[in-house]
Amino acid sequence: MEQPVLADHPGRVSSRPPRARLGKALAPYLLSLPAGLWLLILFLVPLVIMLSLSLQSCNNATGACVMTWHWAEFGQQISLYHGQFLNSLYFAGAATLIDVIVSFPIAYWIAFYGGRKKNFFLLMLLVPFFVSFVIRTVVWEFILSDQGAILGGLKNAHLLPQSFHVLATGYAVIAGLAYNYLPFTALPLYVAIERIDKRVLDAAYDLYATKREAFTRVILPLTVPGLFAAFLLTFIPALGDYVNQQVLGGTSNTMIGTVIQNAFLTNLDYAGGSALSAVLLAVALIGIFAYARLLGSRTIEEYL
Amino acid sequence: MSALATAAVGRETGERSPVRRRRRQWTRFILPGYSWLIIAYLVFPIAVMVAYSFNKVTTGLPQVSFAWNGFTLQWYKQWSGVPQLTSSFWLSLRLAIAATLLATIVGTLLALALVRYRPPRFRGKSAVEQVLFLNIAAPEIVLGASLLGLFVTINIARGFVTLLMAHVAFCIAYVAVTVRARMAGFDRSLEEAAQDLYANPWVTFRKITLPLIMPGVLAGALMAFALSIDDFVTSNFVSGSAVPFPVWVYGVTRIGIPPQVFVFGSAIFGIGILCAIASIVLSRRQT
Repeated sequence: MEQPVLADHPGRVSSRPPRARLGKALAPYLLSLPAGLWLLILFLVPLVIMLSLSLQSCNNATGACVMTWHWAEFGQQISLYHGQFLNSLYFAGAATLIDVIVSFPIAYWIAFYGGRKKNFFLLMLLVPFFVSFVIRTVVWEFILSDQGAILGGLKNAHLLPQSFHVLATGYAVIAGLAYNYLPFTALPLYVAIERIDKRVLDAAYDLYATKREAFTRVILPLTVPGLFAAFLLTFIPALGDYVNQQVLGGTSNTMIGTVIQNAFLTNLDYAGGSALSAVLLAVALIGIFAYARLLGSRTIEEYL
Repeated sequence: MSALATAAVGRETGERSPVRRRRRQWTRFILPGYSWLIIAYLVFPIAVMVAYSFNKVTTGLPQVSFAWNGFTLQWYKQWSGVPQLTSSFWLSLRLAIAATLLATIVGTLLALALVRYRPPRFRGKSAVEQVLFLNIAAPEIVLGASLLGLFVTINIARGFVTLLMAHVAFCIAYVAVTVRARMAGFDRSLEEAAQDLYANPWVTFRKITLPLIMPGVLAGALMAFALSIDDFVTSNFVSGSAVPFPVWVYGVTRIGIPPQVFVFGSAIFGIGILCAIASIVLSRRQT
């Protein structure tokens, strides 16, 4: 083979001109074939299977499932677990809001005043990612524990009542989520603010804008895409998160992720778990589609 | 990832600070002070982790206690004292390397197709883009649960192979997107020049295309490695008998964490941060 196409492609060599043309025509498909197949079999097909599982009836003891078009599964699961759904929306929403408020000033500061140390500060924003996600969450359990460094010390100094505790409350879950997902908020915000043309800001000042006006009427509108990306990269993962809830929360504030995990791994209730996953996906899709509609699906890669 | 890339570009345009006037007010310390406070907040749990890796254990059980019992180097000397932890770590490392290799090759090919071809020649391109977007944006628990549904339905025993398949599946989109973003200013005339000089497509790819896209490919590979080695949610669904590091650690949170977990965490953090600082220093030297 003197003229192999990019993807290895054995065949007859006799009819070279037509083959080369065919190879050229097929090139985009050959290049995307391996990834396409992988995503088809291990991403799209499983989603279809999940939807079909949610309509099947399963034997809880053996885990064997039969297709029964059991649409009522959705109603049952939602009526059973709407509280956990609301918990998830509340925790993820609160954590996202905190992250946006907390990380906007630092993203702004790095983008405008970072100067030559920008890369250093960005690395500092990414620092939590150098520790395993589960370990990070476990460390928060240590920090917030009653005997831990902070609460234990405050209690010994009689600044807090002995009965005071944070662990096993919703606040601990929100704190954990907010910490774990902060970089996912701060980085898209930074990218959006960084991209603002500083001359636009100078123009605003030349036109006698006050600092506040320049912020609310120039900077803020221009960071909206970043805010939306931050929302997408923070809220949706937090919505399905169950590690924070399991490690930091109590039994009274279960999130939907915990229910799904238990359905699949403990109760072997594949139909119920699939129905709940489908509902969670539907909730997430609303946000995802809104994003794709307003900003285009390609823009997400600018914020990764 | 691209945040780091844009930082270098922004340096030239961002030199002039927008607010030069009213510089002497005390308020100019608010923003930097606040930012350093947030950085301290981000670093604080890591410091706690490192500190607890030196914590003595007073009860007979080999697990870290919330209370501080005094300094010891014992756990660093016995870092491999929990065989299951050590083996789960090596499993995670092997898994991440294999998943990174596969996802990087497959994802880079896809990125090449996406950068070079448009709809008349590449029908279904926008469908592929939508799938990538959905893959990145969908909640991970849904992906993990649906993969478990697949493996249960077709009755595959869960273990290293299912883990590898799942990890590559969620890394491909990130690799493709990262490589494509880095290929934005790719100059195709260089490839054409090579072809004019009678290089065949394979030689053109190896000598021209690959070296040019290498920074993007490395960035994609780094992302895939980071995602794979730290993945918990998907792994927890598809791991079965082969238990990766995050899944093992999660499993012991209920029964008590051996101090070696924090030793591993501290060591990984130290190595990772050294590599990051080295790459920043090296990239600064080059420019």
